[in-house]
Amino acid sequence: MSARDVVLVDAGGTNIGSLRYALQRLGIDAQVSDDGERIRRATHVILPGVGAAGPGMARLRQAGLVDLMRSLEQPVLGVCLGMQLLFEHSQEGDTPCLGVIPGCVVRIPAAAGRRVPHMGWNALQRLREDALFDGLAAPDFVYFVHGYAAPVGASTVASVEHGACWSAIVRQHNFCGMQFHPERSSATGAALLRNFLAS
Amino acid sequence: MLTRRIIPCLDVRDGKVVKGVRFRDAHVVGDIVELALRYCEEGADELVFYDITASPEGRSVDRQWIERVARAIDIPFCVAGGIRDVETARSILHAGADKISVNSPALQRPPLIDELAAAFGVQCVVVGIDSRLDADGEWRVRQYSGDPQKMQALPRRTLDWVVEAQARGAGEIVLNCMDTDGVRTGYDLVQLQAVRAICAVPLVASGGAGTFAHFHAAFVEADVDAALAASVFHTGAIRIPELKSFLAANDVEIRP
Repeated sequence: MSARDVVLVDAGGTNIGSLRYALQRLGIDAQVSDDGERIRRATHVILPGVGAAGPGMARLRQAGLVDLMRSLEQPVLGVCLGMQLLFEHSQEGDTPCLGVIPGCVVRIPAAAGRRVPHMGWNALQRLREDALFDGLAAPDFVYFVHGYAAPVGASTVASVEHGACWSAIVRQHNFCGMQFHPERSSATGAALLRNFLAS
Repeated sequence: MLTRRIIPCLDVRDGKVVKGVRFRDAHVVGDIVELALRYCEEGADELVFYDITASPEGRSVDRQWIERVARAIDIPFCVAGGIRDVETARSILHAGADKISVNSPALQRPPLIDELAAAFGVQCVVVGIDSRLDADGEWRVRQYSGDPQKMQALPRRTLDWVVEAQARGAGEIVLNCMDTDGVRTGYDLVQLQAVRAICAVPLVASGGAGTFAHFHAAFVEADVDAALAASVFHTGAIRIPELKSFLAANDVEIRP
């Protein structure tokens, strides 16, 4: 694991610090960078994100990282908003996103008894096997905080139920996304990050 | 299924965790990181750190302990106290906090909530409300609760403020019922029910927990998303693993 060269893409996400500390707890000293060449050299790229889709994409554009992110061939992990930016489009601010994963992100509709934002610990429902689950015993409880979500689609590896079923983990080729916060999801989150870095 | 959260609240003064009854005579109960780690290991779902001296003295939260906590723990935590502007909030979130909670400064200048929500998204923005029943039967918000000398009763009705805070971008409401806080006679279920009825975002009950049954009642009767407590956890009167076993055995969805 120490041979991993992990870069956290600095796109202004306020969870960069939390993710860096979570990786440190796994023995990984990740670099934070918005430099395209540095990101391209990494063995693993993590796109953090907390906030809104519009400003998130704007920052990637300003840093000149949109085409670079799309062209990456190493394992890439988007976390929370970082996962949503991997999709084609977000309803939040009507924002075109990176489009490396098919599908769109929509607002979680409010309904009786369904609080928005979806905030708290919820169980992953595994829809197919994935190396991310190695060594984990279901049910896996992880921590979510989000008001927008991707409906379940062909790339969905695990879903979460909150009124309806939503994508919790997605994977398309080398791009993978987690809607929840693995950096704040206790031992389960640490195991998911470790398994991503083992890929 | 979304589980209900158990949240120990650590009141911080000068970098130490303190707890006073009804905000008075706060005494030190332990080191921040040590207590935070203990609660993580016991199964706390989230932590809140509330700097009780921040608002009265107008000083902002010391960031060093936030980073120490963020490095050490692997569950979410929220920081409250003295957050008056977007830049202070940003520094706290960058230090590793997952959410920031505003109370008095939002009452003084409600657009602060809008600004925080625009900058970080509603999911980061918690509005804390200190509320007390007045003689005329209305719940009204209180301000400057960190210092009894400076406590002010405001004309603002609690229910009105809950509606306004959500409209401005609160992603979560913490309702601290001051009449029951620190005395362990149970959460104020009537007030929590009234707020729940008009609160579409997550609602956290605060003030009054003394027994397992009090937590159960808050979840089942007032339908709150989370229950916060301090002294019963700090003193060991209630241990989180036993509390969670009790709740699970009584049909409350919790994280095992």
